[in-house]
Amino acid sequence: MLSRVANSMYWLNRYIERAENVARFIDANYHMTLDIPEGASDQWQPLINTTGDHELFKKLHGEATREKAIEFLVFDRNNPNSIHSCVRAARENARSVREYISSEMWEQINTFYLMINNAAKEVSMDLPHQFFVDIMTASHTFIGITDCTMNHGEGWHFGRLGRMLERADKTSRILDVKYFILLPSVDYIGSPYDNILWGALLRSASAFEMYRKQYGRIDPKKIVEFLLLSATFPRAVHYSVVTAMISMNNITGSSRGTFSNKAEQSLGRLLSEFDFAALDDIFTQGLHEYLDGAQSRINDVGAAVQKTFFSPQVEEVATEARINE
Amino acid sequence: MRFTGYDTEGFYDEVFDEQGNPRPGADLLIERINALPDKELHRRQKAAEKALLNLGITFNVYGSDAQTEKIFPFDIVPRIVQADEWEVLERGLKQRIKALNAFIDDVYNEQKILKDGIVPSELVLSADGFRKPCIGLKPPGGIWCHITGTDLVRGGDGKYYVLEDNLRCPSGVSYVLENRLIMKRTFPMVFDACSVQPVTDYPSRLLEMLQGLAPQGIRSPNVVVWTPGIYNSAYFEHSFLAQQMGVPLVEGGDLVVNRGEVMMRTTKGLEKVDVIYRRIDDDFMDPKAFRADSMLGVPGLMKAYSKGKVALANAPGTGVADDKAVYAYVPEIIRYYLNEEPILNNVPTYACWRDEDRKYVLENLDKLVVKAVNESGGYGMLVGPHSTAEEQAEFAKRIEANPRTYIAQPTLALSRVPVLLEDHFEGRHVDLRPYILYGKESIYVLPGGLTRVALKKGSLVVNSSQGGGSKDTWVLNADDSSATASSMQQQQEVN
Repeated sequence: MLSRVANSMYWLNRYIERAENVARFIDANYHMTLDIPEGASDQWQPLINTTGDHELFKKLHGEATREKAIEFLVFDRNNPNSIHSCVRAARENARSVREYISSEMWEQINTFYLMINNAAKEVSMDLPHQFFVDIMTASHTFIGITDCTMNHGEGWHFGRLGRMLERADKTSRILDVKYFILLPSVDYIGSPYDNILWGALLRSASAFEMYRKQYGRIDPKKIVEFLLLSATFPRAVHYSVVTAMISMNNITGSSRGTFSNKAEQSLGRLLSEFDFAALDDIFTQGLHEYLDGAQSRINDVGAAVQKTFFSPQVEEVATEARINE
Repeated sequence: MRFTGYDTEGFYDEVFDEQGNPRPGADLLIERINALPDKELHRRQKAAEKALLNLGITFNVYGSDAQTEKIFPFDIVPRIVQADEWEVLERGLKQRIKALNAFIDDVYNEQKILKDGIVPSELVLSADGFRKPCIGLKPPGGIWCHITGTDLVRGGDGKYYVLEDNLRCPSGVSYVLENRLIMKRTFPMVFDACSVQPVTDYPSRLLEMLQGLAPQGIRSPNVVVWTPGIYNSAYFEHSFLAQQMGVPLVEGGDLVVNRGEVMMRTTKGLEKVDVIYRRIDDDFMDPKAFRADSMLGVPGLMKAYSKGKVALANAPGTGVADDKAVYAYVPEIIRYYLNEEPILNNVPTYACWRDEDRKYVLENLDKLVVKAVNESGGYGMLVGPHSTAEEQAEFAKRIEANPRTYIAQPTLALSRVPVLLEDHFEGRHVDLRPYILYGKESIYVLPGGLTRVALKKGSLVVNSSQGGGSKDTWVLNADDSSATASSMQQQQEVN
């Protein structure tokens, strides 16, 4: 398939996934702050940190209040990772490959965009919860429509690769930021708030119910294990990397455990790390250090994908062709 | 909502005759619409508009950012073309494109028609669409213009006239197909009752025609559609046609000439391209052959084309024959190459470079439509009866300074169709753009075409960039009309 089309498929899915994650972060945070009367406003800065755009936010807005944070994360056009910006970018990518994707996929992205665009025009947000649910549903609908209406061929695998890398990144970020915010609040340990705060972390990854089924009691270490190492929970980092690898192998035609290019190699290494990771080792090394390392390796995979498939050696061929002429 | 009180105001109306009775073939439609409960037609009109927006069937307006895509306004009452009327149009269009194609081939090769003095040589060689690098080219099968969209209008006399031949990259066929889809969704019973010729197989016909252009010996040719990109005003159409044909949509950056062949950049390396349906102007295709500053083009493309390594539809250079100055000579061109009388009428055209014609034009600016020969889309036009003395003086100056670039035509009392307004129907002027595919084996004319409506009251300008809208065009099946009428009667009796 065309490199440009593969690139758009990949980014289109990353952007949709990013928008969904931001919506979930805000929604979970919003509900958590309603439950803790004191110091609620302190909870908005960490949220901005989770998205990685804290420097831009500081430059534009300074202190994080609820209104400013929501505006920044949802509608701000100056924030390239706001929900609005993400959905717009997803739509532009979809528009450039409209002939390639199914018309059902296009229609879903287009109506998703129109919904956000209309919401951006309304001044007051009366029902934030419903709004965020709508965004998450729109994303899930898109994924479902994609799975049901598009060939599970190369383009579909590029899309899923993008979505899984994005998801792995976002889940690891939320774990990184939230875990350290929550841990030092000794006052809360054993209090009703403890469960609320850790519950909020799980909810930020839509993981609360699935966690309960597997582990029952709220336990910070088990939460880390679930969100990081589960190979069956669809938003866990490990699961995301496993699925990304399946798509990668499908794209290149390599069998699992082998590689044919840099992107495949670096993803494979990351996967084997997670395949054989143990919680005790992670905590010995330090969770933050571990997550930091994982995130930068996810980034490396992204960069390698970009280089291998979207702007490959073809550049050299092109120059050569110009010389030959 | 009913048609009672609809006034044709002395114009030729496509649906009602002078007595206010439905024309043959339109009676079923009128009957059905009149029978709809109050507000039902509006409800369906709204549903159709919403569907167009959700489907993203939009066009970009030049000079505005990506935020302002607009839907092409759509009127839900279809235009009806009777079978026998269509049969004549179809023959006329085939005749015309055959002759124009022979003309283009001749102009870039022997130039017999110029030597014989039928068309003035300097006029053709100075035409904006004339391309020197095309001299001596022999496209596959001798066909230059594979896809045509000819603009037709009907005058007050009830006759069709050809307004212009669009031989470069005619747009709009995607709206024909989408309009039909929307109509079938919103008006299934009426549609079913009327026995309408289908348009849905256009993409398959287009693909077959394009595949037929592939260099010999290639069993399953790689066909692509080439777009200037997502900000082009017709981008929707480019992606729609690629999607419907199931072929890649490429941009200039996806293509590269390597060892004399045109290739596309894929995730698995370079892949050969055999046929390009290009929706990009000649000038931007190859910076080595045409405009050196083109950022959209593919260096070396023309060389590969001239060596027969890749086929282009339409061939570069076809614009020479849709020059408004050359238009004036099309009847002679038909007689010259085909030895036949033209079936379709040209609009009488005054060519300002002829002294006599220019004199007449300058004296009658208030009665004529003046057109710059190199402009399209309703730009650079003077509509005499609707213009001020100042505008006329301005055009007189322009014509005298540069007579080669202007033609003038009498204002036609364009035919009208009813469009849906708040609480009644009103007549609006229309044109019709049928689409013609010229393949090696045969010529196909899409039954119907794009009916464009000047939505502003009294306006004669139908272009989408100037506030025009569109309607579905229903070409009725031959012989079938009586059978359908009786089957409908039966159906009503059952009901």
